[in-house]
Amino acid sequence: MAVTVRVDIVSADQSVMGGEATFVVAPTTMGELGITPRHTQLLATLRAGEVRVTDANGVVSHFFVSGGVIEVQPHAITILADSALREEDARALALIEEEARLKALESRTEIGMRETDYFRLRGAVEAEARLKWIEGIQGGVSHTSQ
Amino acid sequence: MAGTKEIRTKIKSIQNTRKITKAMEMVAAAKMRKAQENMQATRPYLDKIRVVISNLSKAHPEYVHPFMVERTVKRVGLILVTTDRGLCGGLNVNLFRRVLRSMQAWSESNIEIDVCVIGSKGAAFVKRGAFNPVAEITGLGDRPRFVKVQGAVKTLLDSFEAGKIDEVWVARNEFVNSMSQKPDLVCVLPIAPETITTQQHHWDYIYEPESKDVLDLLLKRFVAASVHQATVENVACEMSARRIAMKNATDNAGDLIGALKLKYNKARQAAITQEIAEIVSGAAAVG
Repeated sequence: MAVTVRVDIVSADQSVMGGEATFVVAPTTMGELGITPRHTQLLATLRAGEVRVTDANGVVSHFFVSGGVIEVQPHAITILADSALREEDARALALIEEEARLKALESRTEIGMRETDYFRLRGAVEAEARLKWIEGIQGGVSHTSQ
Repeated sequence: MAGTKEIRTKIKSIQNTRKITKAMEMVAAAKMRKAQENMQATRPYLDKIRVVISNLSKAHPEYVHPFMVERTVKRVGLILVTTDRGLCGGLNVNLFRRVLRSMQAWSESNIEIDVCVIGSKGAAFVKRGAFNPVAEITGLGDRPRFVKVQGAVKTLLDSFEAGKIDEVWVARNEFVNSMSQKPDLVCVLPIAPETITTQQHHWDYIYEPESKDVLDLLLKRFVAASVHQATVENVACEMSARRIAMKNATDNAGDLIGALKLKYNKARQAAITQEIAEIVSGAAAVG
């Protein structure tokens, strides 16, 4: 059994994670910080970035934090994030956002298409009219020149 | 049949009122559940930050943050957490009564008060009284966001740092259970370090980047989290108080309808009896 340390990730709105880990990587303002169990006491500020937690089975879970404070005790690590997201949740959120973006884009292109079609059509009509007009002049000119 | 019609309209109107209060009761009950869940969800953050701060007071930091230093009190800041809407029984009134008692005590010892209000009921209260409002937030909704609370707290934090105020208190309702709420005042600044036990070994954190920066962020977050927790808890209080108030209103409406129905039936019967008496006496006069 590997030596583990208790890890809690809490955000202002909810508790995001609580469990044992063998290795934790956190993005502090001074740079990325890797922490193993029995680390000395440490208090650091976090910047926005990714927290990686490796559990006893070697499975790595990813979290996103937007900043906050990390407290390290030899047997406990507490990440007090301003807001935090599990990877799955972040993915789901990204998916929703992407969908919304696509939908917005789609509707915009739809309008755009209609608009360009209209302009193209109008342009075509105008061009045709101009062509006819020119032909008319030329015809007229050619007639008079003869 | 003169009186019966009026009674009937009265019964109708009370029945309509009962429908509304019943609906409000059910809405409040649903919201209460959500608010309680929300309260449970935000609690871990405050608990954890409290643990970190108590660890901190056990350590021997070389730098003492101004938030942890007690000063002689000349002026206090008060954060008054109230609801945005009424119809929640005596929730706000009880809190105001509690606050007024403390304010009286403060003004007796010549302490001035700055008030920061959360919720429109509190804003109205402050406007009525001759208080000194420094900030006001309303319309936080059923799920107060942390960021919004932070903004309001900042004004008081800044004046505390500048030495303008020497204590910050939060007045809010404590959620005891869904049937009872307790108005309460708690001191959030200065952060009272727990009685420092003599440690066997001296230790201190490694701070990154600087102890000042880290502590500053941590303690500010702690105060904001305390206030945020108070607002979230107040929403849960509001909803459960409203549920009870509306339940009482519904029950009262039921009682009133019962009494009026009795009166209505009596009036109806009296009218029938009178009619029969008239017919009988008419027949007797003819016969």
